[in-house]
Amino acid sequence: MAATAVRPIARPRTTLYEWLTTTDHKKIGILYTISSFIFLGVGGSLALFVRAELAQPGLQFLTESTYNQLFTMHASVMIFWVIIPFLAAIGNYVVPLMIGAPDMAFPRINALSFWMVPFSGLVVVTGFLLGGAADAGWTAYPPLSSIKYSPGPGMNLWIVAVMLVGTSSILGAVNFMVTIFRMRAPGMTLFRMPILTWTVLVTSVLVLMGTPVLTSALVMLFIDRNFGGAFFDPALGGSAILWQNIFWFYSHPAVYIMVLPGMGVISEILPVFSRKPLFGYKAFVFATAGIGALGFSVWAHHMFTTGSVFLPFFSVMTFLIAVPTGVKFFNWIATMWRGQITFTTPMLFSVGFLSMFLIGGINGVFSASVPVDYAIHATYWIVAHIHYVLFGGSFLSIMAGIYFYFPKMSGKMLDERLGKIHFALMYVGLNLTFLPMHLLGLAGMPRRIADYSPTAGWNDLNLAATIGGFMIGASFIPFFWNVFISLRSGEEAGDDPWEANTLEWATSSPPPAWNFDRLPAITSERPLFDARHARTGAEHE
Amino acid sequence: MSDGAVMTSGHSAGHGKKGLGNPVLGMLLFIVSEIMFFAGLFAAYFNLRTATGTWPPAGNGAFELHGEILFPAIMTSLLVLSSVTCQVAVWRIRKGDRQGMNRALLMTVLLGVTFLLGQAYDYTQLGFGIADGVFGSTFYVLTGFHGAHVLGGVLMLTVCLYRGGLGQFSAEHHDMVEATSIYWHFVDVVWLLLFALLYIA
Repeated sequence: MAATAVRPIARPRTTLYEWLTTTDHKKIGILYTISSFIFLGVGGSLALFVRAELAQPGLQFLTESTYNQLFTMHASVMIFWVIIPFLAAIGNYVVPLMIGAPDMAFPRINALSFWMVPFSGLVVVTGFLLGGAADAGWTAYPPLSSIKYSPGPGMNLWIVAVMLVGTSSILGAVNFMVTIFRMRAPGMTLFRMPILTWTVLVTSVLVLMGTPVLTSALVMLFIDRNFGGAFFDPALGGSAILWQNIFWFYSHPAVYIMVLPGMGVISEILPVFSRKPLFGYKAFVFATAGIGALGFSVWAHHMFTTGSVFLPFFSVMTFLIAVPTGVKFFNWIATMWRGQITFTTPMLFSVGFLSMFLIGGINGVFSASVPVDYAIHATYWIVAHIHYVLFGGSFLSIMAGIYFYFPKMSGKMLDERLGKIHFALMYVGLNLTFLPMHLLGLAGMPRRIADYSPTAGWNDLNLAATIGGFMIGASFIPFFWNVFISLRSGEEAGDDPWEANTLEWATSSPPPAWNFDRLPAITSERPLFDARHARTGAEHE
Repeated sequence: MSDGAVMTSGHSAGHGKKGLGNPVLGMLLFIVSEIMFFAGLFAAYFNLRTATGTWPPAGNGAFELHGEILFPAIMTSLLVLSSVTCQVAVWRIRKGDRQGMNRALLMTVLLGVTFLLGQAYDYTQLGFGIADGVFGSTFYVLTGFHGAHVLGGVLMLTVCLYRGGLGQFSAEHHDMVEATSIYWHFVDVVWLLLFALLYIA
């Protein structure tokens, strides 16, 4: 505070202390990344246990009760402690740099938002040590999640942890919005902001309006479980469908929360490695806003088979939301069209995103059709769909972002050969895992089962999916080795190794604590391109 | 952290823009999320109320809250009054009157605490609990979470009062008081809705 005299503190501080107490958005972004990778290890191991059990019929390693905990925790950890924080990591690191700001608007709240993530993650996994983690599925439908059918402490820990991580997201969303609205550099008008900044802005709106609704549902579930509440218990006058409505009012927009920033990352990478501007910048912005707005009107497509929702409306809205997504696909493809494309690792992951997310989008449209959904509801088709969206979509875009921004974060280049091995293993592995699940779903295999009949004809496809799962796991070995050797002895990156367009490449790698010593003139959405080609020439201090 | 930060020195907003201060805008956005939180609870309330048919549900005389409206009405008026005193605090500090702001803030804190005590007393007088069906559950969740927000508001007001006592606010720099007052008004409006819905309608 400026009101009181400031005494300079000369006390020497350790690097560890520096990192644990930092309010620098770049360090917080890196902390988010580290935390997300740790929880990725947790969630990934859970998935591999699940796949190991399903590799052949019969119960080999797990009991059914343990299996329920594993798939519940796999989904919860991946959604709330991996994908959402990974995107927060990229947003935190990049957005202030992209708009020419010195930091986020509320640096200390930013630190709070981060620290709530590992803390709540520890709370949720503690269930395993206290007699069983949550086991009602990540959707926690009552009565499965009621005190009668989930009596252990795991479910309560899950509720509290999800509330905490939701609060972290809400605070983060407020922070991003104030930062974007109030702290842009001179010349950085809204329609000159990089697309990633736009997608983070729209995502923040979704978090701001969706996540607190989930909190309200969790509050009611907690009271039902622990204080004899009647919200979701029909025997006491409550309604189990009520939970589904409130839960999906958040959790459908959550899918867009998990994919919009990823689309933003892709929209930064494709123009750079195609040597062209993004095709249809404004159309892209409006498509993003359109997805955000429509996202709140489709939640009941998760509930077609309950018979208590107005089917035509939610079906039509769900078909409709494919339109802005289609617009984006045309943007991306037209951006690459006749460009001078170089297939660096970030570009490979971006193109991988395009192909995988396309499948995830199209197999979702199948489910939007009510009669089709009646047949495939709660089968492995849905598992295939969500994984093509969240793994093939969100996660590949996250990896693309990490390969793209690693030189900025560390000042070192990652090894291209190892990166390409990583991509190849992951891309083949994810298709080997999730493509057979479509067929399993059509063959009628229900999701969330630990065992299946050896005569159902599902054996080979399940074995293929398991092999694919372990391939995905193995793909991280070249990645982590790559990070390790590159940090030790990687090639120096310099300010702008990719010849990119946006402001974050105008400062050093890694940037100083205050981000910029000076900014190039901002007269378009590609200030660095302008500076490089002397379109304006002028720089201002 | 700030050495060499030529670009970034000066106003904490970074580029010294006019308009809402960052804390005020941040609070407004945070209140959007609070509205959505209460919207979830209200949605559950309306859903369960319409599904139940007769409301309050028959069979428990304690659910008839119309007869005991006087006490909560007094509490409501105290909360409305506290919104007025809170706004007075903002008007005072906008004119640079620190003493006036501190007096108004103190009254607001006292009124807020009185409301909380009154609500706690009211809870002891009600003849039903949170486990008494959907009526009890919705009543206590809505009023309870509102009460938690009043408590949060009182804590924020207390911090304002403490900092006001230290003389940290001025006509130009009092974003925290502005932000807190917006939050306090929001909490007040939620209560008016709850009072109309739970006690009158």
